[in-house]
Amino acid sequence: MALSKFKKISLLICYAVTVTIFFPNDVYAMHIMEGFLPFNWAAFWWMAIIPFVIAGVRSIKRTVTLHPSLKMLLGMAGAFAFVLSALKIPSVTGSSSHPTGVGLGTILFGPTAMTVLGMIVLIFQALLLAHGGITTLGANTFSMGIVGPFVSYGIYKGTKKLGAPLWLSVFLAATLGDLMTYVTTALQLGLAFPAATGGVIASSLKFMSIFAFTQIPLAISEGILTVMVINVLSSYSLKELQISSVFTGKELPTSKRRVKQ
Amino acid sequence: MKPIAKNGLLLIVVAVLAFAPLFMTRDAQFAGADDQAQQAIGTLNPNYKPWFKPFWEPPSAEVESFLFALQAALGSGFVFYYLGYSKGKHSAAKKDQP
Repeated sequence: MALSKFKKISLLICYAVTVTIFFPNDVYAMHIMEGFLPFNWAAFWWMAIIPFVIAGVRSIKRTVTLHPSLKMLLGMAGAFAFVLSALKIPSVTGSSSHPTGVGLGTILFGPTAMTVLGMIVLIFQALLLAHGGITTLGANTFSMGIVGPFVSYGIYKGTKKLGAPLWLSVFLAATLGDLMTYVTTALQLGLAFPAATGGVIASSLKFMSIFAFTQIPLAISEGILTVMVINVLSSYSLKELQISSVFTGKELPTSKRRVKQ
Repeated sequence: MKPIAKNGLLLIVVAVLAFAPLFMTRDAQFAGADDQAQQAIGTLNPNYKPWFKPFWEPPSAEVESFLFALQAALGSGFVFYYLGYSKGKHSAAKKDQP
């Protein structure tokens, strides 16, 4: 099992190296800057996130009242997103970007809970770091707090259903959720700034080539880090994981099942 | 494989992914580059002017990196507090069991 994992990881590294060779320097990837979405689009994305934020607050409230013992774990999921979005990591395309860290929380608490936690991280960065912005908070929350988590959640549930091992579904969920966050950012910018020739599609593709390729190695890093945390949690916080339905019990080794009682 | 060994190996992979670009593309700027973002938008729509400024901006790159480091420190502080807490709880529970 370890061997196949190494094979997979080395394949991914080869991919990242290939990406370096084929894609040019001088690109960037981050959240959308303050004031850099036209007013109508900024307002549109703000409206779009409202139902998800309400659902998220409700879902968090439900989790906390039903299972007070999960409060700490919820805080940890938020803190994980907090750390990961502070780490601006150099990428093979010659620019830097940061992971989002919302995949872990999505796996533990569902997608809408991470809409709220992701939004809190984004507000912190917009107000204190001038990174992202309040006018673009709607758009950035939509990409990092809604599209990313929902993609992660879908992939996590889907791969689990197909019988993938836990580490693989966690890895794929976190990695692809991270990547799709930045694909969404590219689409949002493409929609707001259609190219003179080719319109929305051309400019989206342009932003996509910039955002998505920078993000590939970082998304892989986020996937691996999320697997590491899940590894630790599954040896020490099994009870909490069972409550938050990461394990249905079936895939647990019997030696571990004894612990929950 | 032990969990610690497994995670150690995974951590090495992450470190390689993070640091390899520095050696692979030596002449790159590695800018997070909001300036470059502005340029890209400027070529697509030369008339666009940002209509809103941040309320407050870190006065220098040093202050900004301090704040980012603080954010990472606070976050990782809580993550590892929780992991340590649950490890302690786990081993205490194990000790109680005969």
